[in-house]
Amino acid sequence: MTPRRRQRLILVALMLAGVGIAVTFGVTAFRENLMLFHSPADVAAGAVEPGRSFRVGGMVVDGSVQRDQQSLAVSFDLTDHAEVVTVTYDGILPDLFREGQGIVAMGSLDDSGVFVASEVLAKHDENYMPPEVADALERAGRMPGTESTFERATSVDP
Amino acid sequence: MFKWIHRFGSPPVVYRLCSLFSPWLGVAAAACLLAGLWLGLVVAPPDYEQGESYRIIYVHVPAAWMSMFVYVSMAVSSAVFLIWRLKVADVAAAAMAPIGAAFTAVALLTGSLWGKPMWGTWWVWDARLTSELLLLFLYLGYMALRGALADPAGASTSAGARSAAILAVVGIVNIPIIHYSVEWWNTLHQPSTITRMDKPAMHISMLRPLLLMAAGAQLLFFYNLTVRLRSGLLQREARARWVRDLADKHAT
Repeated sequence: MTPRRRQRLILVALMLAGVGIAVTFGVTAFRENLMLFHSPADVAAGAVEPGRSFRVGGMVVDGSVQRDQQSLAVSFDLTDHAEVVTVTYDGILPDLFREGQGIVAMGSLDDSGVFVASEVLAKHDENYMPPEVADALERAGRMPGTESTFERATSVDP
Repeated sequence: MFKWIHRFGSPPVVYRLCSLFSPWLGVAAAACLLAGLWLGLVVAPPDYEQGESYRIIYVHVPAAWMSMFVYVSMAVSSAVFLIWRLKVADVAAAAMAPIGAAFTAVALLTGSLWGKPMWGTWWVWDARLTSELLLLFLYLGYMALRGALADPAGASTSAGARSAAILAVVGIVNIPIIHYSVEWWNTLHQPSTITRMDKPAMHISMLRPLLLMAAGAQLLFFYNLTVRLRSGLLQREARARWVRDLADKHAT
């Protein structure tokens, strides 16, 4: 390798290292802002003041969904297996919404600590399988759930 | 090794290799993609939760993988060009950019189409979607920069070629961000199903067509690359002896 080429190689490597370090710092500094949603544990810890708009993500607690008979209003509990947040929503829920499903809701806390959602999104998990396999796993009690996603989400808390 | 680079960096050699492999790659890509589409869209079972709509992964996932693979190839090619001033590496990087941009656009569009019924939204500014959009802008920026500072003769010494190559090399920091975004941050996008430490979280009957589609997408990229590389080399080397010889041979 000629000295000129070596010089250029070092230059390219330095450039890449410099940008890499800068981006690492930037991304670490904005870590909080890059999170799409807060976990119920964050909310319980008082990470967000009432009235401020943010997203909360967690699993819909089994048996917590209450629908209003006259309107689209619905209320349910979200959990990350550490804390629980009660969410109220008035609108159409996505197809994947059900108890035990991962959900990301956009909205804000009211004064009593209830999360008033303006938008509810379903978070799909990484598991794909045919219905028969799902039934078999269900019977064996070994169904993989969305829990793992939210356990990971809570484990990166500050 | 550097001798090897120079031998295979000679435009006529690369042109001949491309002409040799091009038809085979095209046939293999078409075979894989057709078989993969049939197996994926017709034979594979529906998903327990998403029903039939999950089938979009047979296009979405290979396109998303290729969007990153093509970018890494383009960045490596650009680095080789910057360091060794190898003309072929520059032509190759320029040939890859539109292919990569197309894969990225397909991944973004199919993801959006799936997101509406499944998530309930076309788009959300989470880390995975945003970094993939940034990748599209990197491709477009690379092409725009090249075009804006292009030398009419298309010489590799032009400022456009060099500044675009620097952009391509620097932009590679986005690739690990795309891949790990679903692990580092809370995102709406689900974590990796296949490229993870554990075994794939997908039933084998659904996984096989997906891997076939991925192989097809890979072959499609190489096929496109050989076609674009050939025309790129002819354009760039229009005044060279070997191109004139080639033209004479075709004329007679």
